[in-house]
Amino acid sequence: MSHSGGHHGEHAAPGHVVSTKILVGVWLALMILTVVTVEIATVDLGSANLWVAMFVASIKASLVVLFFMHLFWDRKINMIIFIVSLFLLALFLGLALTDTGAYQPDLIPGYAPGMEQTPPATK
Amino acid sequence: MSGHSSHPDYLGHHYDTPEQQFDSGSLGMWLFLATEVLLFAGLFCAYAIYRSHHPEIFLYAHQYLDKNMGALNTAVLIFSSFTMAMAVRMAQLGKNNHVVTLLTITLLCGFGFLGVKKVEYEAKWKHGLLWGKKFHPEEHSAGAHGTEALHDAGVTTAAGVTTAAGVATAAGGAGASHDTGASHDAAAMPAGATDHGAAPATGGSTAAPVGINPANADPMAVRSNIAPPPAGPAGLAENAFEPKQKVNSHATPKERPSNVHIFFGIYFLMTGLHGVHVIAGMSAIAWVLWRTMKGHFSAQYSTPVHLVGLYWHLVDLVWIYLFPLLYLVG
Amino acid sequence: MSANHTTYGGGTPGAPAWEQDNYLNHTHGLKSWLTTLDHKRIGLMYLICILASFLLGGLFALLVRTEHLTPGRTIVDADLYNQYFTLHGAVMIFLFIIPGIPAALGNFVLPLMLGAKDVAFPRLNLTSWYLWVIGAIFSVVTIALGGVDTGWTFYTPYSTTTATHVIPVTLGVFILGFSSIFTGLNFIVTIHKLRPKGMTWFKMPLFLWAVYATALIQVLATPVLGITLLLLIAERAMGIGIFDPALGGDPVLFQHFFWFYSHPAVYIMILPAMGVISEVIAPFSRKTIFGYKFIAYSSIAIAAFGFLVWGHHMFTSGQSALGNMLFSALTFSVSIPSAIKVFNWLSTMYKGSISLKTPMLYALAFMFLFGIGGLTGLFLGALAVDVHLHDTYFVVAHFHYVMFGGTVIAFLAGLHYWWPKMFGRMYSEKWGAVACALIFIGFNVTFFTQFVLGSQGMPRRYYNYLPMYTSYHQISTVGSYIMGLGFVICAIYLAHSLLAGKKAAANPWGSVTLEWRTPPIPPHDNFDKTPLAGDPYDYSQVRWDAKTGGYVWVDEQSSAAVAG
Repeated sequence: MSHSGGHHGEHAAPGHVVSTKILVGVWLALMILTVVTVEIATVDLGSANLWVAMFVASIKASLVVLFFMHLFWDRKINMIIFIVSLFLLALFLGLALTDTGAYQPDLIPGYAPGMEQTPPATK
Repeated sequence: MSGHSSHPDYLGHHYDTPEQQFDSGSLGMWLFLATEVLLFAGLFCAYAIYRSHHPEIFLYAHQYLDKNMGALNTAVLIFSSFTMAMAVRMAQLGKNNHVVTLLTITLLCGFGFLGVKKVEYEAKWKHGLLWGKKFHPEEHSAGAHGTEALHDAGVTTAAGVTTAAGVATAAGGAGASHDTGASHDAAAMPAGATDHGAAPATGGSTAAPVGINPANADPMAVRSNIAPPPAGPAGLAENAFEPKQKVNSHATPKERPSNVHIFFGIYFLMTGLHGVHVIAGMSAIAWVLWRTMKGHFSAQYSTPVHLVGLYWHLVDLVWIYLFPLLYLVG
Repeated sequence: MSANHTTYGGGTPGAPAWEQDNYLNHTHGLKSWLTTLDHKRIGLMYLICILASFLLGGLFALLVRTEHLTPGRTIVDADLYNQYFTLHGAVMIFLFIIPGIPAALGNFVLPLMLGAKDVAFPRLNLTSWYLWVIGAIFSVVTIALGGVDTGWTFYTPYSTTTATHVIPVTLGVFILGFSSIFTGLNFIVTIHKLRPKGMTWFKMPLFLWAVYATALIQVLATPVLGITLLLLIAERAMGIGIFDPALGGDPVLFQHFFWFYSHPAVYIMILPAMGVISEVIAPFSRKTIFGYKFIAYSSIAIAAFGFLVWGHHMFTSGQSALGNMLFSALTFSVSIPSAIKVFNWLSTMYKGSISLKTPMLYALAFMFLFGIGGLTGLFLGALAVDVHLHDTYFVVAHFHYVMFGGTVIAFLAGLHYWWPKMFGRMYSEKWGAVACALIFIGFNVTFFTQFVLGSQGMPRRYYNYLPMYTSYHQISTVGSYIMGLGFVICAIYLAHSLLAGKKAAANPWGSVTLEWRTPPIPPHDNFDKTPLAGDPYDYSQVRWDAKTGGYVWVDEQSSAAVAG
């Protein structure tokens, strides 16, 4: 029934105890990845820059979630909930991007009459 | 209710076992974290839509953020996450002295993060790099600080550049160095492009109060920035701006595209909401710190430390994405 | 507390169970209520607040209908009229319907149905209630300040430019959102972690499935509303230019944000209503529920599909043709699980021994009205038809058939069904039937007319109208008065029941879900020991007992005989 640490013993509290070695290792990995992401950003990869940065950020996020947040050892349901929330984030982003992208050509570029800058004339 | 032989004090009356209580707490916190993810989802969505449809705004504007400050704060938060995770471990082992130390360090990291953020916000404020109509970037024509050309923003700019430089250097003691210095030097925007660039088709004759820098007064060049080009971010980056690695104190971007203020709106909303979460997390940490010192926790029961830890890690998690999205736009 | 009444106190012969220690008289004084952690008391406090909101929203509705008695000005000016319909919508949706069934009835019933002592996080539960109160205060303050006239949808750019008080009301809704999130979170954890032995997922009462699906939406969709409202406040107060076209923003994007929450929110409103109907149909047909698993899964399916269809509110708002096509196609998918439910309820009744008690009358009304509401939704989901019908009274009629004909009617069904458990009193069945009939007739007169009005082109929210619509508007207004009369009668006999109603048996309807195993009024701690869960729809577990005027559990009878 349980994935978490102890079973009913008076002394074993529920929940997994993560070893210091793993925690330090994760911290070092996160620091290295931070340096990596900063350095890669100075190389011009065009639009790939964004995806590389997001990829590195996702590795970092996974490390935090799995080890700092114990999800690696935790009950599956917690993982499912977190993934569902990310899935809905993707759904929201994906459908909103698809639609706004599709009507973007109909908009007047740079239109913002309320700003002090006047918009470029429409053609 | 009276029938149970072993019902410890820390166990809620409606729970049967400590494990049930712990699992309930964890599940509840993970559900709450899911709501936090979806709260930020709105901001990420706004970001994604403007970034993908108007990449020129982001490419132009992100240069006014100080990458070093962002990286410093990333390191601070990651370290605080590590100390938090260690605190949870120590709490599980019942070593409350260590827990107190580790939570205190975590809390101090939180203050450090907010301090750096404050420095950054102040620099933005001084340079008028704000949201919406408050967006009155300091205009900077070669040699002279064109302060008289500024509009009514009520932004004090007279000593703007100097002050910002001083601030950035002060923060530099913690690692932000001065050589890329996007926050101070680059923060001064080219005067000519500002108003003139926005009205190219009418020939610039209406751009009243600003001295137009002739070097930037080519309407065609401006037009090409404003229309979202089909080539996407890559093509645009090459056309419109200096390549990234050359961003330094002397390479001010050439032209300002329309609606740059949207970037700063998104920047302040994202970092502001994140900052609110940092403060909330710090309050929660202070609360479990107090409870630890009061001796409320033991090896048998330290669930609140675990739950607050989860929350703090999420705050870190959001920043892990915010940092590259805002500071490292490629 | 005394433990001398039996665990399953219900039918114990001779025991004056009614006078015993219960959650109503366990402690006394206003303070003991305002600081209570008892889910039953919190449920009752929600019920009182929610009924007050319903009254407020209902008064605004009657004012709107009265204004439409004649073209042009009848009682108020256009500006005030705009505020009336906005407040009617905002109060009804955010203060009444969304918390209605889950927070009021759900709070009371959910732990009882689980055989649990309380929800997983009792303090959070009380916090939710206080957040609701604070949110409601914001709304009332808005009304006092002079109202808001954006419609409940707060569309930009009007909401960023109108001179009325958008910020306090959106702040209020933001807070109400968190109340809703915490309720949902609490229910999910409770259902996951506090089910009794023997109650597997597929032995849960269907109301719990419905509440679970609802709670998932509350937790996963409401935060997006939160951020939307924060962005709207930022747009209005600071002018950030994300939604405001004057500052380079995109007003259609606001609608994406808004409906990403607010369409799933429609299912926050209807799903628990469907759960109530599942609970009511079976015992009043004396027949086990038909297609249990299909009803259970369809709740989850509705919740899931609900996240995919938000764009059907934006067919004429400037959404792209691609988006329109996508969302229209997805919209039709939602009709499948809804139809599965209706089919299963009808099959449950088939060859059942139907008793037309008040809750059952409302359940029947629900199926009729929800059927119409659901099917007219398909008209609106079809792209070409929607171009004609969008923003007309047809839409108004459609969502009132779903929200009022569905949710409010089911709320009344649930209120009457659990009323004896809440207060230990019965109400007048005769007046119950009269009120139900008046509400049903009044509702149809009001809103069926609006289908006709809408298909003839009368736009919604307009202050004035062409003389050709006059008679329809007048019929509709008369219908709303009939409905109002029904509610007045309902209020009177329920008040009478509280003061002088016949004392209820522990299990007056012969239901077999666990809440009916408690004494007539449940004690503070619900159950002395966790009851064993059986099949929630097997009616051979109880038999009629003329002495107590209710049903008694067969297993308790035999165990009592052994003990005696």
